[in-house]
Amino acid sequence: MVLIVAEHSDGKLRKSSLELAQAGRELAEALGVEPVGLVLGSGVEGVARELARYLPTVKLVDDTDLANVRAEAWTSAVSEVAKSLDAKAVLFSSGRTGLSVAPRVAVRLEAPLLEDVTSLGVEDGMLVATRLAYLSRVTERVRARSLPVVASVKPNVYPLPSEQGEGSMEAVYVSLSERDKRVSVGEKRKPSGERVSLDEATVVVTGGRGVGGASGFESLVEPLAARLGAGIAATRAVVDAGWRPYAEQVGQTGKTVAPDLYLALGVSGAVQHLSGMNRSKVVVAINKDGDAPIFKVADYGIVGDVHKIVPELTEALEEEGS
Amino acid sequence: MKIVTILKQVPDAEARLRPGPNGVDFSGVTFVIDGMDEYGVEQALRIREEGTESEIVALALGPARYEEAIRTALAMGVDRAIHIETDAGLDPISQARVLGKVIAGEEADLVFVGGKQADWDSSALGPAVAEVLGWPHSDWTISMELSDGRVTVVHDADEGSEQLELPLPAVITTQQGLNEPRYPTLPNIMKAKRKELRKCTLEEAGGAQPLTELLEQSLESRERRNVMLDGDPKEAARELVRRLRDEAKVLSK
Repeated sequence: MVLIVAEHSDGKLRKSSLELAQAGRELAEALGVEPVGLVLGSGVEGVARELARYLPTVKLVDDTDLANVRAEAWTSAVSEVAKSLDAKAVLFSSGRTGLSVAPRVAVRLEAPLLEDVTSLGVEDGMLVATRLAYLSRVTERVRARSLPVVASVKPNVYPLPSEQGEGSMEAVYVSLSERDKRVSVGEKRKPSGERVSLDEATVVVTGGRGVGGASGFESLVEPLAARLGAGIAATRAVVDAGWRPYAEQVGQTGKTVAPDLYLALGVSGAVQHLSGMNRSKVVVAINKDGDAPIFKVADYGIVGDVHKIVPELTEALEEEGS
Repeated sequence: MKIVTILKQVPDAEARLRPGPNGVDFSGVTFVIDGMDEYGVEQALRIREEGTESEIVALALGPARYEEAIRTALAMGVDRAIHIETDAGLDPISQARVLGKVIAGEEADLVFVGGKQADWDSSALGPAVAEVLGWPHSDWTISMELSDGRVTVVHDADEGSEQLELPLPAVITTQQGLNEPRYPTLPNIMKAKRKELRKCTLEEAGGAQPLTELLEQSLESRERRNVMLDGDPKEAARELVRRLRDEAKVLSK
């Protein structure tokens, strides 16, 4: 079987986990095995039921010690379930959680890791994946040399799955050791308000130094993002200046995103930034410097002052009812 | 306290990559110490400078050219270095097995690993090393504080940030914001030449078999329309909305 490790927040499956269910279904079919969902957490029956609409079988581990994502506890739980079910592949979504837990599970299961992949297939009985390297400038095809395989799948690559009716749900118990619980999770700081998470957003609005300051984010970036239902991102210069938190940074030292639409406002487009967004499907750049490198990767560019153009853009979208 | 900082050497971000017979041609490309590893080196130095008596060891697994990156770390202030010299193309999981063995032999208390390396675009090395050692880890760490055998960190999560408290020994993977790495001074560059740099082969370090195989590399970038929209702000904005709706079809109505 192929084990699909689902993630959830605020009692709902993450969108990337639904995409992962689709990736898992396709891989299971190619391998000729069953896809099985796995939900970890505390009070997660509702989440498991939601996942069971897309997968024939869902296992859930309801344990208060799994309520927070602690890499070691999650590693133990996932590895134990994978072993007991003789999983051929264990799939994570490659958000922060998956990127942190998947390598540990690979070590634990003595399995190859295919990390942050954009496709996953089977050739001659072995798993083959495509992924990006060298700051997203190079595409690699990589083959795992043995089974089982642990893989993390990039969000926004696989489509959402169709519903399949009611799958079966089974609660399973895993034994966590004291060691699994030794990291304590303290204060969490989430961006305020209803905010689309960056790795899952289908539209991302990014502000660069050209936005002018924290107030520019409030007056330009936030209204446009709200209108588009977009995630908000920032460049390195912006987070270094303290205008926005590190969690919003896109680029080499931040997050990598591949939304349907990426709007770069006052972003010059240094290589380090491009590596975090150059796989976006459609890119819009607005910058006063017509020679800025961001225009080279843009589908649509406007040379001009973001302070004049962005409010017009927000208004035009409003009239559009979009 | 003994601190190990793992180093990688990667192509300079500005380097122009060209297609080559085996995928990508790296000849003529400048390689540098990975910027995210510099945060680890810097943090180790600060721990010592803030009064915790420490020995700081740089550890690298890679080809002969890595020596330059190791010298950079020594010039920043690292005490000594271990270079497992190999041309083998090992994936992060198999590298972690080798590195973990060496770190265990060093009886280290704290290990720094770059949050994500700019060659294989992978953030797996830190968590994998931690698992090999049986230690906890914090990834994408933006601040940290040591006290009484524990380390309290703030790290980047999927949404926002999160505080964690880990017992030592532990693996910390770095993120920009952790600190501002220093530049090596000329006297320290000279001094670094006399510091211990121990070399060993992959076999001497315990050996490893790759778990994955690279089939193909290709340099490809997405085709872009590169349409520039003119006119006053209002016209340009309206034209953009029209094109996003009708041409790119990315606006849902």
